[in-house]
Amino acid sequence: MHEYLLTMRGIEKRFPGVLALNGVDFTLRSGEIHALMGENGAGKSTLIKVLTGVYQMDGGEIRLEGTPMVIRSPQDAQNKGISTVYQEITLCPNLTVAENIYIGRGKHPWVRQRDLEKRADEILSRLGIPARSTQLLGSCSLAVQQMVAIARAVDMNCKVLILDEPTSSLDDKEVKRLFDLMRDLKSKDVGIIFVTHFLDQVYEVSDRITVLRNGELVGEYLTEELPQIQLVSKMIGKELEELSNLGETEEKEIGKKEVFYEAKGLASSDALPFDFSIRKGEVNGFTGLLGSGRSESVRAIFGADKVTGGAVKIGGKPVKILRPVDAMKHGIGYLAEDRKRDGIIAELSVRENIILALQVMNGMFKPISRNESEAFADEYIKVLNIKTASRETPVGSLSGGNQQKVILARWLLTHPDYLILDEPTRGIDVGTKLEIQKLVLKLAEEGVSVTFISSEVEEMLRTCSRLIVMRDRHVVGELTGKDLNQTQVMKTIAGGEA
Amino acid sequence: MKKKDGKFSLGSLGQLTIPLIAIALLVVFNLIRDPGFFSIGISHNSNGNAVLSGNIISIINGASELAILAMGMTLVTAACGGQDISVGAAAAIAGSVFVKVLKSGSGISGGTVILAFLCSCIVAMLFGCFNGTLVAVFKIQPMIATLILYTCGRSIAYWINGGATPTVTSSIVNGIGSFIPGIPIPTPVIIVVVMALLFKLLFHFTALRLFTQSVGINGSAARLNGIDARFIKLLSFIILGVCVSVSGCIGVSRLGLINHETLLLDIEMDTILAVAIGGNSLGGGKFKLSGSIIGAYVIQTLTITLYAMKVSSTDVKAYKAIVIILLVVIGSPVIKERFGRWISHLRQRRVKVSAKGAEEG
Repeated sequence: MHEYLLTMRGIEKRFPGVLALNGVDFTLRSGEIHALMGENGAGKSTLIKVLTGVYQMDGGEIRLEGTPMVIRSPQDAQNKGISTVYQEITLCPNLTVAENIYIGRGKHPWVRQRDLEKRADEILSRLGIPARSTQLLGSCSLAVQQMVAIARAVDMNCKVLILDEPTSSLDDKEVKRLFDLMRDLKSKDVGIIFVTHFLDQVYEVSDRITVLRNGELVGEYLTEELPQIQLVSKMIGKELEELSNLGETEEKEIGKKEVFYEAKGLASSDALPFDFSIRKGEVNGFTGLLGSGRSESVRAIFGADKVTGGAVKIGGKPVKILRPVDAMKHGIGYLAEDRKRDGIIAELSVRENIILALQVMNGMFKPISRNESEAFADEYIKVLNIKTASRETPVGSLSGGNQQKVILARWLLTHPDYLILDEPTRGIDVGTKLEIQKLVLKLAEEGVSVTFISSEVEEMLRTCSRLIVMRDRHVVGELTGKDLNQTQVMKTIAGGEA
Repeated sequence: MKKKDGKFSLGSLGQLTIPLIAIALLVVFNLIRDPGFFSIGISHNSNGNAVLSGNIISIINGASELAILAMGMTLVTAACGGQDISVGAAAAIAGSVFVKVLKSGSGISGGTVILAFLCSCIVAMLFGCFNGTLVAVFKIQPMIATLILYTCGRSIAYWINGGATPTVTSSIVNGIGSFIPGIPIPTPVIIVVVMALLFKLLFHFTALRLFTQSVGINGSAARLNGIDARFIKLLSFIILGVCVSVSGCIGVSRLGLINHETLLLDIEMDTILAVAIGGNSLGGGKFKLSGSIIGAYVIQTLTITLYAMKVSSTDVKAYKAIVIILLVVIGSPVIKERFGRWISHLRQRRVKVSAKGAEEG
């Protein structure tokens, strides 16, 4: 058998105006978990897409077990033993688990349902996946769905398994289960490429790390020989003093400032009644597990879901916020949790996406002129350091972090008094995360109130002066001052206070 | 030629490439077939006016209703991601109302014509409202929602004039349908230009284009940015209503009578086709009005060419279908991508060859 399972040498990929991959090398051995790391726009996704045949490379060579090969399409990649499980689950929730495992692969359309189910059950039990083959996929938890996607890939006799951000929507327990599955596959000599933003996870499972930056290879390292802090500095290409500095921001004293927004018994079709208030220049946050109701609560503040009750005051005056446009008129901005579904208008340009909210506030009959909008776009592309070929590039073709910056720019342009950021840093690289956190603190200094939601508690502790803790759709606690630490947050979330 | 300077690519003109090439091919084809096909002459019509005549004039004139409907349809398509198939039937209603009001007075003065047009406009906008409400509020698929009016529209038109097909004899109405004395350009063509300008002004003085595209591409995100998607969709149907009324009135004025059974019959499919040939996605989102207008002229040029080749009117549809299949396939993403790849491949080879030549030299 050949020494390396997969070698990619001098891979080059060009997009209009951008050199996305510049002579990148990547090597995968069989039976290893290899983390592919880099900031957004570093070229990870492009490299993966070249490997899976979504893109055709412009230069370089791919060898699988020593044999050079051209990968023409995702189907072709699969036939050659390269399978991918994407971040968003790309299976059909309304089909059964067995159907999902075998869909689109039926060389024999007359195969009996019963046989398929039997074979699916075998795979599921072999991989220790807690699902039945006859169950509808939609009735499984996200983690199990993710695992079914892996089972599908594994059953295609894959040699190379690519996991692209597989853990971003899983909770800790589910992540553990997924890692067990990965280790199991590793012992069966599958080579796994693991793309993620979670550093801890990289150190937990991976054997090797390859770091990319700006479309170029930084290096390949053994995980045990590369301290976490060095990994981060290699990814963002600078030393990490800034990162630690941000952690030690001075005690935030905003208790004396006036209250900007106050809600009593606010409820929506998706959120149970709750009280909430925020002062000028305050940064607070909602925390809790996924599904604890934190997103639903902020959506109620913005009027994103149907508001069913509650009294809201802004600057002491009672107001009615029933629709997003009401909230916007009162100076509230909302960056939604799901960037693709609720944030970007993918086919419109960066410029159009940036001016959208301001245009809505100006109203239909006061269009922002072309010159003006170009000036706005250029300004924010510069201020937020948005990496785009031009301001007329469709926003959908930018990397995730840069899309997020475009939406941030959209809200900053409206000069909000109160900005709600729901998971602004999800699926975003360390460098951009840091930029966003800094931006939040800078806004607060300028007197803007910010509500910040993140699944990473550490990140919230770093930025917020007050945390509202939610469990099972109820507010169960509020932490300030010295209570703002990881242990206390965990205790409150778990309900272990009493 | 563009091809020679090496900068030619399918992307350079964007979505207008295919319809423009189609028109160019049709023109070249006709010139080869009959060099005199596009000659423009001046003739005198029955009223003794000097007017322009020739195939090119009759193509541009004949496509007027289609072009106007295509503009409105583009907007509906962009906002709703679906099409209104009731435009022909709705135009019959609008035309009937137009005639009804014209006939209600004793004589037909300029004022009566304006009043009649306004009435027909309001009625068409109301029917647009009806369609729009079904689509925007009740979230019914546009084609299903407009199927209702498509089915019953011509019956409603029949009731309006009590089942008769009254004729209108008025020099003003005649002027709208053919020529205004002293102006050699057909009036419907002028109306198309006016409508196009009105749309241009609408997009210039409002943010309608941005809002419509946002709603069409990502309704959920548009809503969270404060855009009232329902209103935008409803508005697109109301604007289409205006277009329907204008083309209905042109159609009536051409003939000087209203025939609810045949007025703009089957025009809805040609309208949708014009939008598609214009390179607009029928799934909504980004749009170009100019594309749809050119699309309308492509269809009309094709029809007139076929008639000029003495193809019988029954056969015309079949021939049209063949050309349209070609256009749609060439414009499909698959072919565009292949073609783009092929062009860049050619270019690379040329670079290599010239590099080799330089080495050898």
